[in-house]
Amino acid sequence: MDILFIIQQTLSATLGVNAIIFALAAIGLNMHFGYTGLLNFGQAGFLAIGAYSVAVPVISFGVPLWIAFLIGIFNSILFALLLGIPTLRLRADYLAIVTIAAAEIVRQIARSATFNEWLGGSDGITGKFGKDFFDLNPFKAGINTPILRFNGNDLWVVLTGWTLVALITSIMWIMVNSPWGRVMRAIREDEDAVRSLGKNVYLYKMQSLIIGGVIGSMGGFVYALSRQSVQPDNYGTALTFFAYTVLILGGAARVFAPIVGAMIFWFLIVFIEQVLRAGVTSNLIPDWLIGVNQVGQIRFMLMGLGLMLLMIFRPQGIFGDKKELTLDAKA
Amino acid sequence: MLFFIALVCATFTLAGTAANAAETPTKLYGVITGSTDQPLSGVRVSIVGPDGFTAEVKTDARGAWEIAIPIKGTFSATINEGDLPSGQALTDPLKGTVKANVFMLGVDLRLLFPIGPGVAKASLLERSAQLIVDGLILGLIIALAALGLNLIFGTTGLTNFSHGEILTFGGLLTYYFSAIAKFPVLIAAPLAVLLSAFISGFLQDRYLWKPLRKRGTGLIAMLVVSIGFAIFLRYLFLFLFGGDTRQLPQYAGQAGLELGLVSITPKSILTTAIGIIFITSATLWLLRTRMGKASRAVADNPALASASGIDVQKVIQAVWILGAALAGYAGVIVTVNQGVSFLMGQDMLLLIFAAVTLGGLGTANGALVGSLIIGLFVQLSTLFIPTELKYVGALIVLILILIVRPQGILGRKERIG
Repeated sequence: MDILFIIQQTLSATLGVNAIIFALAAIGLNMHFGYTGLLNFGQAGFLAIGAYSVAVPVISFGVPLWIAFLIGIFNSILFALLLGIPTLRLRADYLAIVTIAAAEIVRQIARSATFNEWLGGSDGITGKFGKDFFDLNPFKAGINTPILRFNGNDLWVVLTGWTLVALITSIMWIMVNSPWGRVMRAIREDEDAVRSLGKNVYLYKMQSLIIGGVIGSMGGFVYALSRQSVQPDNYGTALTFFAYTVLILGGAARVFAPIVGAMIFWFLIVFIEQVLRAGVTSNLIPDWLIGVNQVGQIRFMLMGLGLMLLMIFRPQGIFGDKKELTLDAKA
Repeated sequence: MLFFIALVCATFTLAGTAANAAETPTKLYGVITGSTDQPLSGVRVSIVGPDGFTAEVKTDARGAWEIAIPIKGTFSATINEGDLPSGQALTDPLKGTVKANVFMLGVDLRLLFPIGPGVAKASLLERSAQLIVDGLILGLIIALAALGLNLIFGTTGLTNFSHGEILTFGGLLTYYFSAIAKFPVLIAAPLAVLLSAFISGFLQDRYLWKPLRKRGTGLIAMLVVSIGFAIFLRYLFLFLFGGDTRQLPQYAGQAGLELGLVSITPKSILTTAIGIIFITSATLWLLRTRMGKASRAVADNPALASASGIDVQKVIQAVWILGAALAGYAGVIVTVNQGVSFLMGQDMLLLIFAAVTLGGLGTANGALVGSLIIGLFVQLSTLFIPTELKYVGALIVLILILIVRPQGILGRKERIG
């Protein structure tokens, strides 16, 4: 068992691309769920729209990458409006069902053979659409130390990604501590009270949905760029659920929760997976119990179990305040 | 369908244990299924590639085919349309040949041939009739699962995202008793339903949800718990059962009976008929018996029901047992007719939710109406849109109806905003 390798893999994942993607997705959800109380289960749809908006225009229409980012933001605003107009008047559990359905619609359309020509069907799109972005990379050699390893492209994504996360988190901090943010929290606690003060609750909820959605779609940008490919099936319901796990792990309605949550989430996942894998390959865990190909399945089982236990025993997460957020303001 | 497997694979490579298969051949593969997802066996697929490479493979009992490709280049796979059974044809005649670009060996490629009710072979009337029958059967399967989901929602307020796994569990039990323990299906199926009622119903409520209710865990917290539970179960099933769709050995290749305009297999008729009996009895139970009435009273107002002497916990227990038995039987129908996979509950879950929401959350009859509408809509929409997008149509209708009538078709008109 190579302990140093496990440490290297685990730390690289803790600071890695996936942690950034989930941090961005969870920051968006924090806006929706943590601050406004909207139970959006369609966050994967926003990420998918972000990812496809980067890949499709560049590959199929030769649009410059920087314009494609703008297209992505525009599309996610459009999706938020489409989603919000019918659903924001509904009760929390209805909203959950409709948003999950909407995200599935996005995924199924993206993977259908009908739009194969533009969206690539179930194989998705692979190509060098991020060339403009990676050309700017000053650290093409990457980094390879005993405890941390990234190749050149990943290092560039990681550096710019965490910068983006830091930027968005500061903006979030300013927003939620403004009068606007207080209205949001008031909506989460008691919608009718806010309405009686003459505020347009519907409009505020829509703003929350759009802002959180745009942040989520930026997670999609990172997802697409880091892989240089977009696979429709990566944007299924599980992505949304794990983004919620990240958020709840950190503590909903805390500005830094998504970042901490994403780091801990990926630390645990990769650490457990690497230990299991090392155990299986070195025959410490017998083959009849867990095969090499089954390590990933065990990992997902633990993720599900972890989400359950977290929700039962510590719904406020690691940093959350139970008094500020009772998860049931809406039910 | 292959989403989770894909995710598992994707995350494998993520963790840095990337492809070590430099010299392993690439596998071209696919599963050919018909308009109702039934596997089509004995369909020939021919593959042509560079350097005079040609090969022909036939689909097996699961409708699956695969071929190993030793060299890089562009390959084209052509389905032999003559091998498709009557009533089944390519939804797009131009998609009979699919190109695959093998640019890296060891990376498997999945090829799709979208197949629906035959455009060329059947008249519009025949296709519509067949689709209506298929739609009613699908509607029944959804209704069996939806009734339990809705009753549980009505009595406990739990939006249960792990309800689909009850269906999968029923299917897996049927497969276990039938294919591994070698019981006849006629014994395996009732056993599966009974065990579903006991394990997925009684035990699940007793040891998971009842303690949570006692702790005063909130409804949204329970919703999230059910999501975690669903993920846990789904991968437990994958761990124990594997990722492929398996058919029961008994009645596997049963031929359809031609009844007037439609073709339907005897096993489908029998399982559907029993399903109708189940759902009718369940509805009568709700309307006529003391316990059924009590369950509706609890759904309406738990505090008042409790005050008037109804044992609320007992009612909830009864509802769980009934709901799990019905959902387990839905799993039996799917397994007998289309085969079982660890994802089948997950695939149905959104349709079940759509049906329940459409009919009105918490109303028993609403779930039935909603299910039939969704079932019919999903199948009939394939007359106008590609088969692979049929679920999209149903989900769009769900959203549209919620704009016009947010409480659902039979829902009580109270404030839900």
